[in-house]
Amino acid sequence: MDILGFLIPISLLLGGIGLVAFFWALKNKQFEDPQGDASRILTKDFDDHPKP
Amino acid sequence: MTLADNYQDAGHVSPSACPACAVAPSAERLAELGRPVNARLMLSLPTAHCAACISTVEHGLMAVPGVQSARVNLTMRRVSVDADADVTADTLISALKGVGYEAHELDPGLLSATETDKQGRDLLMRLGVAGFSMMNVMLLSVAVWSGAEDATRDLFHWISAAIALPTVIFAGQPFFKSAWAALRVGRLGMDVPISLALILASSISLYETWMGGHHAYFDAAVMLSFFLLAGRYLDHRTRAVARSAAEELAALEVPRATVLRDGVEVVLPISDVIAGDIVRVRPGGRMPVDGIVTDGTSEVDRSLLTGESLPGFAGVGTIVSAGEVNLTGPLTLRVTAAGKDSSLHRMADLVAIAESAKTRYTSLAERAARLYSPLVHILSFSAFGYWLWQTGGDVRFAINISAAVLIITCPCALGLAVPAVVTAASGKLFRKGLLIKHGTALERLAEVDTVVFDKTGTLTMGTPQPTNLADHSVQVLSIAAALAAGSSHPLARALAEAAQVTLAVVTDLHEVPGYGVEGTWNGTRVRLGRAAWCGTTALPDTATYLSLNGETHAFTFADRLRPGAETAVAALKAQGKRIILISGDAPGAVADLAARLGIDDWTAEALPEQKSARVAALSAAGAKVLMVGDGLNDTAALAAAHVSISPATALDAARVASDIVLLGQDMSPIGDAVRISRQATRRMVENFGISAAYNVIAVPLALMGMATPLAAALAMSLSSITVSLNAMRLR
Repeated sequence: MDILGFLIPISLLLGGIGLVAFFWALKNKQFEDPQGDASRILTKDFDDHPKP
Repeated sequence: MTLADNYQDAGHVSPSACPACAVAPSAERLAELGRPVNARLMLSLPTAHCAACISTVEHGLMAVPGVQSARVNLTMRRVSVDADADVTADTLISALKGVGYEAHELDPGLLSATETDKQGRDLLMRLGVAGFSMMNVMLLSVAVWSGAEDATRDLFHWISAAIALPTVIFAGQPFFKSAWAALRVGRLGMDVPISLALILASSISLYETWMGGHHAYFDAAVMLSFFLLAGRYLDHRTRAVARSAAEELAALEVPRATVLRDGVEVVLPISDVIAGDIVRVRPGGRMPVDGIVTDGTSEVDRSLLTGESLPGFAGVGTIVSAGEVNLTGPLTLRVTAAGKDSSLHRMADLVAIAESAKTRYTSLAERAARLYSPLVHILSFSAFGYWLWQTGGDVRFAINISAAVLIITCPCALGLAVPAVVTAASGKLFRKGLLIKHGTALERLAEVDTVVFDKTGTLTMGTPQPTNLADHSVQVLSIAAALAAGSSHPLARALAEAAQVTLAVVTDLHEVPGYGVEGTWNGTRVRLGRAAWCGTTALPDTATYLSLNGETHAFTFADRLRPGAETAVAALKAQGKRIILISGDAPGAVADLAARLGIDDWTAEALPEQKSARVAALSAAGAKVLMVGDGLNDTAALAAAHVSISPATALDAARVASDIVLLGQDMSPIGDAVRISRQATRRMVENFGISAAYNVIAVPLALMGMATPLAAALAMSLSSITVSLNAMRLR
């Protein structure tokens, strides 16, 4: 069962990375317009040339 | 403009690490200073709904010279534009009209509160933390459930404790706070048993872990906080959307007045206008203040205040009140009351009083909580007492049982039962163009059995349509149309639009404000306007008169029906509702409309007090009244009704008083809304039933001391998921 000594910290670390990523997304206002972001991915505006 | 101030501040010297930099501004800083001061404009876009809308609107706005960036927020249905200071909202609105979108200017100052929705983000963060710990603790718990023993189990319990305790303390705060607030005033809300369960579960588990016991409820504690926070967040979001849209409606009217001070015209906010000021109102403008006309003649449209569809005459000495619309000629008023003292505002204050009396409705959730909280506490404490007596004083065992009871009965499903349904239903209604402003409006709407409609501006658009064009000869029509083309009066505009004839040559055309239009045709004087001015007596209907060679020809008008009005009335009738039409307008016009829509029960020339008295009488007779109205004359009735709907074009006092706002022009969603609300209430009751059923099975187990942490976790997640899925079934 020694493997637990590695696995538990690793799983906590991975979960923690997810949590930090969530905080980051929250701080960057990525949840301000969920409906708009879902639609924006469908627009073809900047397909051929990147957004200026 | 605070935003503009901020931009100007960019030019000030800020403390810098390099003193020389501060003395010699960088090239970028110079460039920034050289640019004109920016302004951020906010527009509301009620009709935007898809991916194509976003790019059309953004491209359309970017094409306007001076616009630096435009970004659509589809969730809020608004667009924020950064532009040079000389770009006005009107330019942007007309640009959007060009690409096919309706837009309204919003006051950014009033919207600031929703921009930084701190509370929502705070809840979301707590939800994220609870979700993270729930997953980790659950992983460890699965190992314990599947048979980890002795040292391994203890280790897992300790790790779970290390994750769960901080989580419960952080994520449970909203519940602890509101439970404390409830306890302080001596009440038992839903949050008291929740907090008790969280605290008891955590502390008993910590104690058990310390003693090397078999059962720890850390997973239950974090799961509880996760599900309850999810319900809380849904609830908050529905409310935030409604509140921001309500704020948006308030921000729609940017009230200003053109005041004559020291011979110069200045545009001032209403709050700066004082009694005695001289105010100019141009044709087409709304009276910003109460006052007496000192100069000019015109006609005023009082339909929003009284429901009359026929404009009235205004000349020197006429008393006008805020909210009336000036139609034909410029007017100069001496202000008798402005801002907070104006009749419009006094009415709004009355509404506020009516509003506060109205919130006495107890929602389904409150009724459930009132029944539920004492029951849970009694169950838990009696379990504790019974097992204490049964085991001969084994406190540890008894506390374990009572904690299990609290956890199992804890209203995970109850906490989700209402918010999930309300979110699903109000989202559905929002897509149909209805905005639910009040939390319990849906439930109240479901109980409605009588619908009272206002006429002008509600069932009709308030724009007239000629009805007897066929009775007139082409010559008469062409002269009338030619005269009408020279006026901006709504009747004249409707006539000019509807008469499909070549215009006669009328020379010397000029408008006599307050009376009509006059001109010369074939050397004779022709007039189009009021009955008395054209030398005839007025008909009972809305009409304008053409005086030609000593004869008068009457053109009668009827109000245009609001799109969807027929559908809405038919749908409500099909649902077996009693429909009543109460209007402040003349009997002829009301009878005509009632016949067109098939409404048998109608009242005309009703004063505002009579309207609200009628609604109150209906309520006293046991009817649940839905009032649909838009004008100031409806406001008291809107507030007196069980539930109320007003169109977005209504006066702001009416919108404040109503529970639901119709965002688009179409009225047909009302029939659907009543149906959806009834379905939603049924789902709520079903959800309560489902969670009660889970409790009926699980509580006896817990009371007998057979509820393991696994059983608690299963019951909790299963009931929460069933309840959410049931809410999604809304059609």
